[in-house]
Formats: sequence, C-alpha cells, structure tokens
Amino acid sequence: MRLAILGAGDVGRSVADLAGEYDHEVVALADSTSAAVDPDGIAVADVLERKAGGDPLGTGSPDDVFDTDYDVLVEATPTTLGDAEPGFTHVQRALEADRHVVLANKGPVAERYEELRALEADSAGSIRFEATVGGAIPVLSTIEDCTPQAVTAVRGVLNGTANFILTRMAAEGLDYEHVLGEAQDLGVAEADPTFDVDGTDAALKFVILANVLADGGFSLADATVEGIQSIPGSALDLAAEDGRTIRLIGEATRDGVRVGPRLVPENAALAVTGTRNIVQIETRHAGSLHSSGRGAGGPETATAVLSDVGRLPPL
Amino acid sequence: MGNAPESGDEDDPDAETDGGLRAYTVRLELVDEPGELLRALAPIADNGGNLLSIHHERGNITPRGHIPVEVDFECPPDRFDDVVEGLRDAGVNVIQAGAEHYGEAVNVVLVGNLVETDLSNTLSRIEDEADAVVQDLSLAAPEGTDGISSARARLAIDSGRSGDVLAAIRSIGTDKELTVVEPLLGGEA
Repeated sequence: MRLAILGAGDVGRSVADLAGEYDHEVVALADSTSAAVDPDGIAVADVLERKAGGDPLGTGSPDDVFDTDYDVLVEATPTTLGDAEPGFTHVQRALEADRHVVLANKGPVAERYEELRALEADSAGSIRFEATVGGAIPVLSTIEDCTPQAVTAVRGVLNGTANFILTRMAAEGLDYEHVLGEAQDLGVAEADPTFDVDGTDAALKFVILANVLADGGFSLADATVEGIQSIPGSALDLAAEDGRTIRLIGEATRDGVRVGPRLVPENAALAVTGTRNIVQIETRHAGSLHSSGRGAGGPETATAVLSDVGRLPPL
Repeated sequence: MGNAPESGDEDDPDAETDGGLRAYTVRLELVDEPGELLRALAPIADNGGNLLSIHHERGNITPRGHIPVEVDFECPPDRFDDVVEGLRDAGVNVIQAGAEHYGEAVNVVLVGNLVETDLSNTLSRIEDEADAVVQDLSLAAPEGTDGISSARARLAIDSGRSGDVLAAIRSIGTDKELTVVEPLLGGEA
C-alpha cells in the first residue's frame, strides 16, 4: 500500500520509519507547515533527518498530500476535542476521494463517530483506528474478532501517565504533586499533563470503545469523568490496609462511559503497575479476556497503525 | 410465583427466595430469672422461626445486670419483623436484630476536608441515605484535621444493592465536595 502520513510527531515519524518493514511505501509525510511528497516514495531517512534538524520536511505544502496518489491516509495529527479539526476534514477528504484512512488521532472517532461512519458508507475506502485505543495492545481488533454484539463491557487502564503516578504514590507513600514532578523529569508525563491526569485522555478511548460496542451515539460530553489530581497519598495507604489499591479505571458499555479513580484488589489483573495499560473485554459467551501492554509511544502506536493498514482490503 | 402452593404467602408474593428461609442473628438481654430464656425463645418459634443456636453468656453480665444471649435462627424473610415484634411484645429486650441480614461488604475511600465537612454527619448520612452499616473506619489526616484527609470505610449492605448504595454515597460526596473512590464492581477485576 502507498501511505500518505499526516502528522510528523512520534507516531507519524515511526509509521514512516517502520512502513518499509511491513512492505508499504510512504508517498507523503506532512506536518502542520510543510510536506515531503514523492509518488515514487519519499526517502524516509532523509526526511526524518531534516525534521530532527528543525528543517522543513520537504518543499511541498501540507495540502499537496491530498493531490498525490496514495492508497491509505494515516491521520496522526494531534488529538483535538469538539469538532475534532483539522483531523476530521483530513479523513473526509480522503474518504471522498475513495481512499482508506487509518487514524491514530482519537478526536474524530470519539467526537464525530456517526459522521465518520456516514462518510465511510459513501466511500470505496474504509476507516480503521486500532491505534486510538491502547497503543500497541490489540483492543479493537479483538472486539472485532469477538464481534461487538458479543462484548458486553470493556474496562481497564488506558492512561500510562496516570497509572505511573498512582503506582509511585502507592509504592513510595508520596503525594501527587511530588510524583508528577518526578514523572515529568522522567519524560513519562508531558509538561502539560492535564488530559492524562484529569481523565480526558482515558475517557476519549473509552468513548471510542462505547461507539464501537453501540455503533455510535457517544462523544466526550456523554462520559462521566473524574481525574486523579485530588487523590492524596494517604488514600492509597488506606486502600493498602485492606489489600486494595487505587487505579484510574475506565468502563465502556452500551449504556455509557465512566472514568475515575476506583478501588481494585492489589493483585487484580487490572492493577497493572507503571506506565503499562490493560483492557478487560467482557464477553457474553466466553468470560473475560485481558490484554496488557504498552499503551503509548511512537513505535508501539505505529505498530497498531501498520497492523490496521494490513487489514485493509485492496482498493 | 405468587400462587405456588408451598408459598402460602398472600400479602407479599415476592417474599419467597430460594427455599424461602434466611438466617438471622438477634442479640437479647435477659433478666437473670428462672424460665426467662424459655420465655424469650417462644416468640421466635411462634412466628415461624427455626432455632439454629443459642449462645447464652451467663458469665458476661451487662452493666445493667442483664445476661446477653445471642440467638441464631432461620425464617422466611417476610416473617423476621414479626419475630422481632413478638420478642418485644413479650417484654424481651432486643438490642440488635438481624446483623446477618446484611449480606455484602463494600469498601469506599472518601477524600477531602473530612473533618470540616463533619465526618460523623457524613457517616450517618451514608447509613441513612445509602442504607448501609459502617463496620470499620480508618482515617488518615497527615496534614492535620483542617487539611485534606482520607477515610476508608467498610460498609455492610444488603446483597445485590451495591449499585444503589454507591450511587447514594456518590451524591452525598457531591453535596459535601468530597471525592468518593468506589470499588470497581462487575467483571473479574
């Protein structure tokens, strides 16, 4: 497949870097200001080197991407809330041109799911978005394999930053502010960790899961979301007295989405430690399935993107 | 179900649960006089209760000079109130009835200005509004009583009511601006 990649952050760059291993060709890579476009395939290593040096990716403008001949648009621009722009328009343009789209950007799938599906229905192309939920962990493809109708609920930990902070607080008896600072020093938490610690990032993922289970109907506004900022170290100490701990847990069912700090047994499958993510898929006929792994990171998320590309039918 | 012949219960067709019997414990205080124990047990049998065990703590006289007795019996759930009423009508002092009635325990952690928002009122509201019994409480206030503190409470609740109980506690938490950390129910956590 010929890939056109929008977004040259960790994920977009890793997709470009790894595409060759999966026998795909990168015909365009764009960030918000410039683009490298070549119908015969861009020289990925050179382009990435330019990006690392702070130079423009290429001589083209980001808009040129849509004029080149590609099979799959990889939407890896930053997640935006509300109208989910410009990601949504990118997907729209590709679908209207009868191209496939693989998203790593959560915004359009969480906030405008029904519109995406309507555009897909009128297009020869299709959309996939495994990378939006749980990074490298195969969550959506597992649900697809079980068939969404047979899945009754999905629960789990889908934010590594919040999980790291809670793990460290419990292990060291430290308070939130202290551990957050440490996480920022380690590069586990971003300079502005708001969406990670207030539950928004996890909520977007569980909204996407609810949309898949119920075939649409949910956006972030429908989710009940609480973060971990108000959890002191003493709360984790008290939980530990009783063999429990606190994790930022999300739940998606056909009835709704809820994300918040919850008490779970210390030895429970969902009480993963550090930046690890886990999902529990509750099925009607086969009990619960658990998948755990790295929920973020460039190469990890790019793996999910490229797995999706591999599942697409030829155009 | 209401006309099942063995049910024999016309005023509450839903009262029968599998087999129709449930175990209860009542704690009584008896005057130390001959025949008093027998007199206290009669209302239980008279109201359809089946005695399981009697723990007669003769050596453990209460400050008021009474003898505590713990009685386990089973009866259909809808007859339990009649048993307790029968005991009281017979002049028996019932100090605790139906502790075994509470079938499940849930843990919650509360976080916030617990002292300033009157922890004891918070707990009585949980008992009243969520219909739960606080069995155990631990408090951690590392910043002192006027700062943010945490409390873990173990609550005894009726089986199958955890969803309602937690919803009630959530709304008390919202009222008092406390963070309620609920247990994760459902699924194999």
